[in-house]
Amino acid sequence: MFKHFINLEWKSFFRSASLGKSIAIKILMGFFLLYLASIFTAVGISMIFILEKERPDTDPFVFFNSLIFFWVIGDLLFRFFFQKLPVMTVKPLLTLPVKRSKIVNYVLGKSALSFVNLLPLLTIIPFGIILITKEYHNTSTVLVWWLTLILLILINNFLNFIIESLSAETELSFLPIIIFTGALFGINHFNIVNLSELFSNAVSAIAETPIFLIIPIAILALLYGFNFKLLRKKLFLDSGLKEKVKEVNTANLEWTKSFGDIAPFLQLDLKLLWRNKRTKSSVWILLMGLLYGLFFYPQPTYQNLPWFFTLIGIFSTGIFLISFGQFIPAWDSGYYKLLMSQNIKYEQYLKSKFTLMAFSVVVLFVLGIPYVYFGWKVLLAHFVAAIYNIGVNTHVIMWGGSFNRKKIDLNQKAAFNYQGTGAVQWLIGIPLMLLPMGLFALFYFLTNFEIACVILGLLGVSGIVFHQRLMKAITSKYLESKYKMIDAFNQDN
Amino acid sequence: MIITSNLSKKYKDNIVLNIESLEIPKGQSFGLVGNNGAGKTTYFSLLLDLIQPTTGYITNNDIQVNKSEAWKPFTSAFIDESFLVGYLTAEEYFYFIGELRGQNKADVDALVSQFEDFFHGEILGQKKYLRDLSKGNQKKAGIVAALIGNPEVIILDEPFANLDPTTQIRLKGIVKDLAEKQGVTVLISSHDLMHVTDVCERIVVLEKGEIVKDMVTSEATLKELEAHFAG
Repeated sequence: MFKHFINLEWKSFFRSASLGKSIAIKILMGFFLLYLASIFTAVGISMIFILEKERPDTDPFVFFNSLIFFWVIGDLLFRFFFQKLPVMTVKPLLTLPVKRSKIVNYVLGKSALSFVNLLPLLTIIPFGIILITKEYHNTSTVLVWWLTLILLILINNFLNFIIESLSAETELSFLPIIIFTGALFGINHFNIVNLSELFSNAVSAIAETPIFLIIPIAILALLYGFNFKLLRKKLFLDSGLKEKVKEVNTANLEWTKSFGDIAPFLQLDLKLLWRNKRTKSSVWILLMGLLYGLFFYPQPTYQNLPWFFTLIGIFSTGIFLISFGQFIPAWDSGYYKLLMSQNIKYEQYLKSKFTLMAFSVVVLFVLGIPYVYFGWKVLLAHFVAAIYNIGVNTHVIMWGGSFNRKKIDLNQKAAFNYQGTGAVQWLIGIPLMLLPMGLFALFYFLTNFEIACVILGLLGVSGIVFHQRLMKAITSKYLESKYKMIDAFNQDN
Repeated sequence: MIITSNLSKKYKDNIVLNIESLEIPKGQSFGLVGNNGAGKTTYFSLLLDLIQPTTGYITNNDIQVNKSEAWKPFTSAFIDESFLVGYLTAEEYFYFIGELRGQNKADVDALVSQFEDFFHGEILGQKKYLRDLSKGNQKKAGIVAALIGNPEVIILDEPFANLDPTTQIRLKGIVKDLAEKQGVTVLISSHDLMHVTDVCERIVVLEKGEIVKDMVTSEATLKELEAHFAG
């Protein structure tokens, strides 16, 4: 039976309309993953040697274990945003003679093999081998230790899905996880309970006394069981696979009339953003993007890297542009045929998206003005970045949209809606952000901060000046790929 | 009104549509019947310039549809649910289509109010998004949306499918009225021979992409069609 499931997955990947794009991205992702893998391996191999040099009196095994707590919360946080429960199109299977439990087991089992789970192995396996060869610990201890950590990884894996599915119902779905991990970190940091030591001791104890393995196994079984129950309950047309119908209010949005002929599309876009699960999550990302600078600016290291300010500027003023723009015109894929058979001007349609993105940049810049606290240079860099975003990045991302061949299902049911922001989404942002930063850095080193700002600003302004002409070029690009888009948006995958 | 010449559509070596010539005069109610894969939806898609013809062309009111877009203001269609914007309520959807077709809210309200019967109280004022309506009700909304803006050509693919009997009968009335009284050219495809013969003045049978029958509806038509499809 599982053979059939795997066969289905395989076919859904290789037969989808977006295969061409997928493969390009898969290759890029492949390099990225390779890079990650090599980092993890390098850490595993070099850690002991570095420790021996820096802190010859600590046992590397104990030191590693003391980090486990932080790894666990970091991992949970990371998983929440990047790892989604592998979705299978289960609906057609429901009426077939396949036991529901089998479907659930498959979905869950597949998740255990995810790359996120394999990464840490690349660190702990070389680390353990060196522990043995250097005779810090005997083989059996390390073997049990490996087993413990693998169990921990799986516990995190399944814990994440529970948190995800429980918080998916709420509007601010990422709040619970942030509060949860934040609370754990706080309890440890302010020494209310020394959780990191507790974790360290527990892992060491299990490694010494294998019988304690029963504890993580029991926890894992419990979590798996809970996941199983959650998922099993959702495998009915009237529960998980169907959304509750809420009463809705019709919105008027008369004020958009002042935007002239793009008004109907602007109204449509605003409703699109506000009424679909998929787009709502992209609105909440704004907050993350806006506060992005706070990770860097308080650190003195970054204060002396003015060229780095532009990157943060581009990101924090352009977060909406990037997260919304990259799916133009796929947002409208569900009714693309309708738009194409109506008497509309493509340019108006695209202009509405442009207006929305440009407006978001201005708003995010204004909200980001308090960054001036970290120096006027930061504000200036953000200002230039905002202009660049409006003038250049909006056009670039819309141009990129003409290559879009992947349908977005706005009606994704809330419960199974684990599809969404994946790693790919962040990768696409790289050219948009790294290019201006590279340019800025180049001129910064050749001349000075002010001139670099002027150059980036000029690029942005010229984009705004040539807006009409750029839009014409982009529009013709869209018209060219009209039939291909209609065809691709017609397909389900 | 609609002239098709030498039209063909090929996917690789597979010819899915091949119509040498077909003329549909203004104000005709035109029915297209045929088994699955006969090319009905392909023909409508070509007519709406949603796919490209391999050879030949269609002109709609002397405008070649794959060259100019000038046919759009007077042509409307409802092919399937992908013509609906799922996250709008029915009213919002009607207004949106209205705006695209140069109709203000009052115009749209006036038109839609004529169809209260047809809606059977299940479309307007429901406080539901279109995506949450049943298939049949979605179809009703889509069909009425296709009537907004006084189109001269209306294309409906399988309009009777998924509708309840009462609505089917009302829809037949609407379609007849459009063609007879308002001079609208209505193109309909259907699997239901009875409905098509009831509604359409002329019926064309497609088989594997080719026209095999082209007849003016009379009392004998239904029998003839049934005999044809019985094989």
